[in-house]
Amino acid sequence: MTDEKSVIRPVDKAEFLPAVIRLKKDRWRLAQICAVRIENGYEMSYSFCKEYQLVTLRLVTETEEPVPSITQIYPCAFLQENEAAELFGVPIEEVDPDYHHKLYRIDAETPFKEKG
Amino acid sequence: MAKRSIIPFGPQHPVLPEPVHLDLVLEDETVVGAIPSIGYIHRGLEKLVEKKDFKQYVYVAERVCGICSCGHGMGYCEAVEQVMEIEVPARARYLRTIWMEMSRVHSHLLWLGLLADAMGFESLFMESWRLREKILDMFDATTGGRIIFSVNCVGGTLKDMDRDMLAGICRAADEIEQEIHPVMETFLRDYSVQSRLKGLGVLKKDDAVLLGAVGPMLRASGEAYDVRMLGYEAYGDLDVEPVTAQDGDCYSRCRVRLYEILQSLRLIRQAAEKIPDGEIAVPVKGNPKGEYFARIEQPRGEAIYYVKGNGTKNLDRFRLRTPTTSNIPPMVELLKGCQLADVPLIILTIDPCISCTER
Amino acid sequence: MGKMSRSPWLLHYDASSCNGCDIEVLDCLTPKYDIERFGIINTGDPFQADILLITGGVNSQTEPVVKQLYSQMPSPKVVVAVGICACTGGVFKECYNIRGGIDTVIPVDVYVPGCAARPESIIDGVVKAVQILDQKRAAQNQEA
Repeated sequence: MTDEKSVIRPVDKAEFLPAVIRLKKDRWRLAQICAVRIENGYEMSYSFCKEYQLVTLRLVTETEEPVPSITQIYPCAFLQENEAAELFGVPIEEVDPDYHHKLYRIDAETPFKEKG
Repeated sequence: MAKRSIIPFGPQHPVLPEPVHLDLVLEDETVVGAIPSIGYIHRGLEKLVEKKDFKQYVYVAERVCGICSCGHGMGYCEAVEQVMEIEVPARARYLRTIWMEMSRVHSHLLWLGLLADAMGFESLFMESWRLREKILDMFDATTGGRIIFSVNCVGGTLKDMDRDMLAGICRAADEIEQEIHPVMETFLRDYSVQSRLKGLGVLKKDDAVLLGAVGPMLRASGEAYDVRMLGYEAYGDLDVEPVTAQDGDCYSRCRVRLYEILQSLRLIRQAAEKIPDGEIAVPVKGNPKGEYFARIEQPRGEAIYYVKGNGTKNLDRFRLRTPTTSNIPPMVELLKGCQLADVPLIILTIDPCISCTER
Repeated sequence: MGKMSRSPWLLHYDASSCNGCDIEVLDCLTPKYDIERFGIINTGDPFQADILLITGGVNSQTEPVVKQLYSQMPSPKVVVAVGICACTGGVFKECYNIRGGIDTVIPVDVYVPGCAARPESIIDGVVKAVQILDQKRAAQNQEA
């Protein structure tokens, strides 16, 4: 069984927030936010669901490059954005509420940033 | 002017078997804000993919949570199988479905017991858990484990069921269906249960969607969304229909879960009837390369398993978005405006699974 | 089991376990296993508990909670580590946020292995804990 209802759409930073706003207007539900560490940066995936479709916006950024928060559009994103910031060190700007790396309160600093 | 105070809730609290902490901002007895803080059970399991190879990791995925164990193993295998383009044998798909539906019955009965306990209805708690033992006995008979039973592997299942076991499962399903009726009657019609649950913690349909609620929480608000409709594993051959309720209050969430138990018992019998003969697993060659988002319906709602492989035996990334992660933001909204005494009940009706959430 | 001098009260805490052992601990209290037939009651209050059941490997957030619960219990007290994670760290041992078994934080008297520990073995562990509790009390009385 292949899930044809699942697509990954690459976006650049300028298109990103307008695309999220459009999805919200069409009543898409935020399904998940996932950060992946790649060489010299991060690959952020934002998945949205409507009926049984799943659309994933893929944003690729550099390590120090700030990523805009979507909590102004989808307030429920705060948990997963704080998680990405704390575990991966993704510099997400203006998360509301911002836990400042105090969500999990772990000893290791951004454990997913380095491999191994 | 009302007096403002902050009450810490948890991490060790009688209503919760698991630790979670909330700072409740109160004005007199009314909650005006809630700040969740988690991290008591964070282990960092997603990081273990770098140390274990992708076949071994099934065992770790099953230990993300002891209640949703079967589903986590299955969802992880499903994602890896999609990446590697493995065709799972039909018998294995049916076996997974049967174990998954049994897990749903056990998880919902467990939750009903905890709900009764939170209301102080001790005999109802004991009765729900007594029924649940029948399912656990069947897990024990078919897999050798009661809670964490490791039956999934990449490419199929590790164990098979013979005809007697399938008949035993159907018999247990029949018994539960008969004996659950007084329990259902009590949850749905008892005066004190109704007065405790009705109209409490109302989540409207639009809010539920935009706050990202999933599972029984979303369906209780009237949105018919059940990932099983995608037809993964054997669900495409079975009669799955999302169970919904309209009011979005604690009573509706309880009602949805009760009817889902009946639905799962039906699905178990149907799958046991239709199960084809054949192999239970195919050999797996090579390493995963590529990525996939797999979605499955856990007892608590939609869970998303993301797998990214780079062609080596260790995956690049495994991400699990559990139902409770999605259900915490709507829960925080529901807590605003409720009375302090209702906080444990509202937290409980989202069916929180903290060890899933923190991984 | 012979003479049991009195009815011990249990306190259960989850120090980052996967939930599997926790629900088995709760299962011990329900009709099928019914640990209450030994006069044992599950309490939420450390000040009234004699036996501390801990599940899961400890991490830095749960460490102060575990230590505090242990210090609040009146002496003599017995600690039972339930499940392989509480004994050694188990499958999570290599995780960055797991310290290892409960004995890295507080002294443990009884180890109950298993993943998840079965109710029968948890009950067995608790019965052993009762014996240790009796010994500890006898030793304490002798000193006094």
